[in-house]
Amino acid sequence: MIEKVPMRDGYGKALLELCAKRDDVMVLDADVAKSTRTVWIKDKFPDRFIDMGISEQDMVGTASGLALSGMIPFISTYCVFLAGRAWDQIRTTVCYNKLNVKLGGAHAGISVGPDGATHQALEDIALMRVLPGMTVIAPCDAEETRKATLAMAEIDGPCFVRFGREAVPVVTDENTPFEVGKARLVREGSDVSIFACGPMVYEATAAAEQLAQEGISAEVFDLHTIKPIDTEAVVASVKKTGCAVTAEEHQYYGGLHGAVSECLTANYPAPLEAVAVYDRFGESGDPGELMKKYKLTAEGIIEKVRAVLKRK
Amino acid sequence: MNVKELQEVARTLRTDVLTMVHKAGSGHPGGSLSMAEVVAALYFGDVMKLDPKNPDWDGRDRFILSKGHVAPVIYSALARKGYFPVEELWTLRKLGSSLQGHPHKDSTPGLDCSSGSLGQGLSIANGLAIGFKKQGKSNRVYCMLGDGEMQEGQVWEAMMTAAHHKLDNVCAIMDHNLVQLDGNVPDIKDIGDIAAKWHDFGWNVIQLDGHDMEQVMAAFRLAAAYKGKPTVLVARCIKGKGVSFMENDCNWHGAAPNKEQYEQAMREVNGEVSA
Repeated sequence: MIEKVPMRDGYGKALLELCAKRDDVMVLDADVAKSTRTVWIKDKFPDRFIDMGISEQDMVGTASGLALSGMIPFISTYCVFLAGRAWDQIRTTVCYNKLNVKLGGAHAGISVGPDGATHQALEDIALMRVLPGMTVIAPCDAEETRKATLAMAEIDGPCFVRFGREAVPVVTDENTPFEVGKARLVREGSDVSIFACGPMVYEATAAAEQLAQEGISAEVFDLHTIKPIDTEAVVASVKKTGCAVTAEEHQYYGGLHGAVSECLTANYPAPLEAVAVYDRFGESGDPGELMKKYKLTAEGIIEKVRAVLKRK
Repeated sequence: MNVKELQEVARTLRTDVLTMVHKAGSGHPGGSLSMAEVVAALYFGDVMKLDPKNPDWDGRDRFILSKGHVAPVIYSALARKGYFPVEELWTLRKLGSSLQGHPHKDSTPGLDCSSGSLGQGLSIANGLAIGFKKQGKSNRVYCMLGDGEMQEGQVWEAMMTAAHHKLDNVCAIMDHNLVQLDGNVPDIKDIGDIAAKWHDFGWNVIQLDGHDMEQVMAAFRLAAAYKGKPTVLVARCIKGKGVSFMENDCNWHGAAPNKEQYEQAMREVNGEVSA
């Protein structure tokens, strides 16, 4: 049985490491510190933590001021209320000033489950990806979330990392390479490229294993950095396979699929299919049931692989 | 500088604003004219610690222009203070200019933050103030808002944050001119007894006539001395102050004077004819 850990644990762990290592890191939350795991900072480094209350826009502005004073603020709340509600603040204050503000978006994707559509962020990658100078990362598990969070502290400028609520399979360990902007090859193949992010990386690997039994060779990438996208890796893989499928817990429009589409259109046009949420809101339900219903599963990926192979 | 000299600076800021906006053919004269005395005090009355020769000096006080559209009056102050040549003022809003329509930190020496989307400045000021306190620094942070801007919800979030964290290194200045783009503030969405509201939100409130230089200077001295709470200067002002046909008229919130209007306005500000 594969170990499952919530990705937000990786975020909390990384913040603890950062606070222990450097004295310029501040952690802000908007009344969901237990959910985002920033409560760990509140307990261990109370003078480095500010609970801003239920004031996401004010939190982004306050973090901007902290960055202007020379500190590195990590701010967290649910993706919907960070990337969505405070978008103008992130655009005009954080990005236009090129501020060193780090955004931790929790409760990404439909797997948030019973809370329903209001709390299931399916638009955040699109919202953050269009902002000039913003780095956008969607790690695949708790360990990669930890590494991504640590890496963000080393980047001078705005960064966004999204992570989910549920315990998801741990598919990397501390020795697995991670570099912002470099797609991670999970499995080599020759018939189709699968570019996945978030917990869909695990599903993509499972899909590739099943496809192999039918003689279909799928190449799987963990495309954790959606911006800047690893054009070289994407194009090289599709030149080899001739077609691709993207897989993400996000809307079809503007997310990972949008990024890969843009990349291929500009460099190497090829048939592309997407596993995503198709222009609709989520709903309440058990996370696993929701992932099945919205076809965000290995089976959903296999279906799209079959479709894209027919277009080759 | 003494009060008389500061009044003269305010007059220069006003003529600069009129010339800049006239040459640009667009921009926001009303609120800039409204804040001339306050800006003169901040930049020339030793209110803010600054070093124009070293714009990024770590020990400087910070200024956040939350109502970013009154950039012209700040640009004028920065140029007259020596951050860049006065001639650059006449390039306002033109392609390739270092003076963007709304403040852009990386374009203009002396600006501490880009702004222009209303309601955001006070949060930024608070963050700076918390950062300075955390680092044991004594820098102060000044933030200028409009009274129409008080209709933005984020301002109220930030008011609570400043009071909660006892940010006595924050001084807000609210331009209480009662005119916004579409009309008079009480007609568009009334902000009521705004001084009482700041007070209820935990702030030290100083009410003053924003065009009386002695009152302006006294208010800044009181704000700097006050401990334990952030201070707001509720500055009662006249939008378009100094130009008879612009005063209290929302149509001059964001419109440029033509040649004839410009010449009349300059004569009035220079005291050649009465406003």
